[in-house]
Amino acid sequence: MTNAFLRLTGISKSFAGVQALRDVDLTIERGRVHCLVGENGSGKSTLIKIIAGVYQRDTGEYVIDGKNLARLQPIDAIREGVQVIYQDFSLFPNLTVAENIALNEEVAEGRRWVNWQQVRNVAADALAQIEVNIPLDVTVGEVSVANKQLIAVAKAMRQNARLIIMDEPTTALTEREIRALFSVLRKLQERDGVAFLFVSHKLDEVLSISEKIIVIRNGKTVSEGERDEYDRARLVYDMTGHSITEKSYDFEPDLSQPPLLKVENLNAEPMLNDINFELRAGEIVGVTGLLGSGRTELALALYGMQPIKSGRITIDQKPVDLRSNRDAIAHGIGYVPEDRLSEGLFLEQSIAKNVVVRTIESLRGSLGLTDPAKISGQVSQWVDALRIKTADPALPVNTLSGGNQQRVVLAKWLASNPKVMILNGPTVGVDVGSKEELHNLMKKLAGEGMGLLVISDDIPELLGTCNRILLMRNGTIVEEINTKETNENKISSKLIED
Amino acid sequence: MKRLLRRNETLVAITLVVLCLVIGLNNPTFFTVGTVFTLLRGSIVTGIFAMGVLIVIISGGIDVSFTAIGVFALYSTVKLMLAYAPDASIWVAFSIAGLIGLGLGLINAFFIAKFKLPTLIVTLGTLSMFHGFLLFAIGNQIIRDVPPALTEFARATVIEIPQARGTANLHPAVFLLVAVAILMWILLRYTMLGRGIYALGGAPEAAERAGFNVTRIQYFIYGFVGLLSGVAGMTFGGLARQANPQDIVGMELNVIAAVVLGGAYLTGGRGTVIGTLLGVILVVIANNSLILIGVPTVWQRVVIGLIILIGTGIPAIQERRAGKITSGLAEA
Amino acid sequence: MDQTAPPKRMSLRLPFDFYTLRLFIITLAIFIAFSVLLPGKFLTVLNMKSMAVQLPEFGILAFAIMITMLTGGIDLSIVGTANLSAIVAAMILTGLTGADGTGGVPLAAAIPLSMLGALLVGSICGLFNGFLVSRIGITPILATLGTGAIYTGLSFVLTGGPAITTTQLAFIGNGSLLGVPIPIIIFFVVVIISVVILNRTVFGFNVYMLGTNPKAALFSGINSDRVLLGTYWLAGVIAGLAGIIFLARTNSAKPDFGSSFILLTVLIAILGGVSYTGGFGTVVGLVLAVLSIQFLSTGLNMLMLELFPSSAAIFFRQFAWGGLLLGVMVLNYYTEKRKR
Repeated sequence: MTNAFLRLTGISKSFAGVQALRDVDLTIERGRVHCLVGENGSGKSTLIKIIAGVYQRDTGEYVIDGKNLARLQPIDAIREGVQVIYQDFSLFPNLTVAENIALNEEVAEGRRWVNWQQVRNVAADALAQIEVNIPLDVTVGEVSVANKQLIAVAKAMRQNARLIIMDEPTTALTEREIRALFSVLRKLQERDGVAFLFVSHKLDEVLSISEKIIVIRNGKTVSEGERDEYDRARLVYDMTGHSITEKSYDFEPDLSQPPLLKVENLNAEPMLNDINFELRAGEIVGVTGLLGSGRTELALALYGMQPIKSGRITIDQKPVDLRSNRDAIAHGIGYVPEDRLSEGLFLEQSIAKNVVVRTIESLRGSLGLTDPAKISGQVSQWVDALRIKTADPALPVNTLSGGNQQRVVLAKWLASNPKVMILNGPTVGVDVGSKEELHNLMKKLAGEGMGLLVISDDIPELLGTCNRILLMRNGTIVEEINTKETNENKISSKLIED
Repeated sequence: MKRLLRRNETLVAITLVVLCLVIGLNNPTFFTVGTVFTLLRGSIVTGIFAMGVLIVIISGGIDVSFTAIGVFALYSTVKLMLAYAPDASIWVAFSIAGLIGLGLGLINAFFIAKFKLPTLIVTLGTLSMFHGFLLFAIGNQIIRDVPPALTEFARATVIEIPQARGTANLHPAVFLLVAVAILMWILLRYTMLGRGIYALGGAPEAAERAGFNVTRIQYFIYGFVGLLSGVAGMTFGGLARQANPQDIVGMELNVIAAVVLGGAYLTGGRGTVIGTLLGVILVVIANNSLILIGVPTVWQRVVIGLIILIGTGIPAIQERRAGKITSGLAEA
Repeated sequence: MDQTAPPKRMSLRLPFDFYTLRLFIITLAIFIAFSVLLPGKFLTVLNMKSMAVQLPEFGILAFAIMITMLTGGIDLSIVGTANLSAIVAAMILTGLTGADGTGGVPLAAAIPLSMLGALLVGSICGLFNGFLVSRIGITPILATLGTGAIYTGLSFVLTGGPAITTTQLAFIGNGSLLGVPIPIIIFFVVVIISVVILNRTVFGFNVYMLGTNPKAALFSGINSDRVLLGTYWLAGVIAGLAGIIFLARTNSAKPDFGSSFILLTVLIAILGGVSYTGGFGTVVGLVLAVLSIQFLSTGLNMLMLELFPSSAAIFFRQFAWGGLLLGVMVLNYYTEKRKR
């Protein structure tokens, strides 16, 4: 094909004997949007780093713009127009927007002196080129995530990007921001012929934005083709190697019983307003909404981590006052945070310590000292119950896979026997395979009488696990949907109504 | 206006004015040229050290070894001069001291840049090494018979203003501090190296990705701090007309107090030359002039300690307040 | 499941890992080397006793550094706290009993009161540090640098500069119980208490978890503010105890005693395998590090006196400690790297 900008053939790479990529082929076409899809550990990030010249490939050909490059350093990739925007955007929070945009260029030109007028001109030009308007003199620490994303794009375009690689570009954006971002990107694609490669695990997003899809699994290209050749089922099949069909969660709550959790007229910082809902034993209730709709804030408010201004929260018919998450815990509320690695786990500590961190108070023996026998008893109980795959619970958690790590977070909570579990993005970054097992586990817990509140932007996940879904917008619940009476498209279109 | 008020420089400047007014109203001798000149003379050494510490803190590190470097450079230079060139000029003295300081600073840089070790612990170690080596291998006796160039330097004056009692003299080394401050301001504001230091302090990984040579920047930072410390040490010896191997070490508190008071954050990425200079003057006044309003000199350390706590506590509280409202959003 | 996997073991096993084992061998090697190099001098009962009396002075303080380092912080004010505690204790003693020990209050009452005073001062200093770090949110380095200056400054204010002498506590400093010097007994009591606190209490558990990941600690419902407050309080109390030892050993309390102890205790903590980013470090490692530093200190001193009989020899140690600290960290850098 003459339109190929970058063509990789037979790329292999191994680290310390572990084969991360074997014989991968990939073609990036000028001016088109590509999606690279694969489970965690499939080799996506290794592949990107090889494209960017951060890693050296062991074997294979790298042909960019018709040139066959033997060795490739990051600076060579940049010179060829390859720009990678990582999830942290590589920006400096303490420097101004203008300086952030101009900095790479100044460094690349080997400048020694700073011409502030030029810095501003470069930045103004760069923002004008992508047709967005962000004040130049504020520090980047003060601008929104969406604007940071745009600043990163502007920066990339200043360096004559011909291929922009974006790692999970929409993770922290609201729907409107996503639309704004993609309209900017589309302009660059049409006007300047820039090619894009998105790395994503959100299947719906992949299907809606890409023109070409590349799926890799276990370090190999499984399929590569036009968007039209794919649907959800095929993507799942290509990613996992088997097809997964989830049954929905049929549950009719016993309305004669009082609700487990009742929220009335809740108003809380920073923007929650007049929230009303109930959660009964055995229910799995989904909460969805766009980023900025207040879904995470609601979770945090119920977990006592967002100041409550007014309203009533009742657990088991007893009104509770949640001033901190310790109050919430004391009333039987558990919370699985969205960012598992930084908020949920003590990665370098043992699996055992992670499991008992919530319950250590109760594992004391004589003299009020912690009892090693009780601790190891509880640890093996939960390692077995949740089938955490490890050789030894004394190993650090960072030796586990993503799915098993999430089980450790769940074990930590389940050990303390909560009545209500709030799960924020319970399967973010978990393989499709493990995802299903986690969903089954959630259903099992609900079956045992727990009430689950699942916050997610993964609509199919909610449809597959919840009996009801609460839709949030602008800090309040706008609609309650019975899972059986809806489908993905209906919810998606409701999400973006104004 | 609100922005201006929130800036540390403004707060420090206001405190400075209020403090001067309080002292001056209680003791009118404070508002004399003599006092101003004495305070300026007292600010020189702290000021030069502070300029060095400022760039370390902006880069996200901390250096506690600079005083040992200063006294090491001073004492060795004086010994070298006495042995080989007793009649050399003061410029030779400053050059040697600067070079010795540079060398010692590069030792810090080596450990920090090569092994990525925490700066506090490295410089705590080199503080002990440098000072121990000086006392053990170079000398531990006070040298009072310094080369004539130093004696001349101590007596030098650029402005003499007759006063009721004696004259008020302005020491030319004040211009050394001014020159260092201007140099530092240009470095931080108008050179890519200076911006690299801010970048490193703000987001080290991003600085590397942006193409900055982080190792080279760190070598520059700690080498330059060493050089400045050598110069500051020499200035101290020149003004004191002696080389005492037990001097200077212990001054690090004053210097760090001045820098954090001037608005530099230990977490890196922030700090200005103007703020630091204001911090230096405030610390020097606190050290020299509080006695004029009846605070006995034994309280000096307590005051310096309080300055450090206030200088770090106010921004910490402000950050907490700002953080509390958005605590949930940050996670979203 | 992996077939070669070892059987499930207990999670809170003996804290004897590879690092500790290596340190044990190093400590033993130092001991043997000096015994051979200094025949008839190092390996004597007299020297053992004198080391046992010297070691607790900084050995106890090392626990204060360790526990704060476990939370990812540091306490640079411990020496200031110890001296202030010693001065208050000395002032209580001399105030109550008079300079010659014949004043109004009997010694049997004055001595416990003075010790209580020292521990109380340590508590207050520690709580203030904890307050600044946990409630105000100041970086521990700067908070304790500032309070260290304040505590030392207050010592100068209280004494006006000179030392306060009193020999009333000499029975602790120079005394022994069944032939074992009392200071080393106190040291080992601190060791045992530390083992219990760090390994067998909820507080100790939380210290390690907080030091590993403060954010996860918050989300797991650990009361971080209280753990930090407790940590710095404990460090203060330990420093107060060290102050009593200072006073008992030297028969005087000075505002600027033990200025090298910060470096020494940081060195011990790093040598003992305490992670400066928090979360990891064992009491066994710390004790081994204290022992090896004492062996090195005494041994080097004896060697230096033989080689360079000048007064400068004492400064060599200052140099050596700094060099050793850097050396240990570089060594750790290479072993860590190999592990990866």
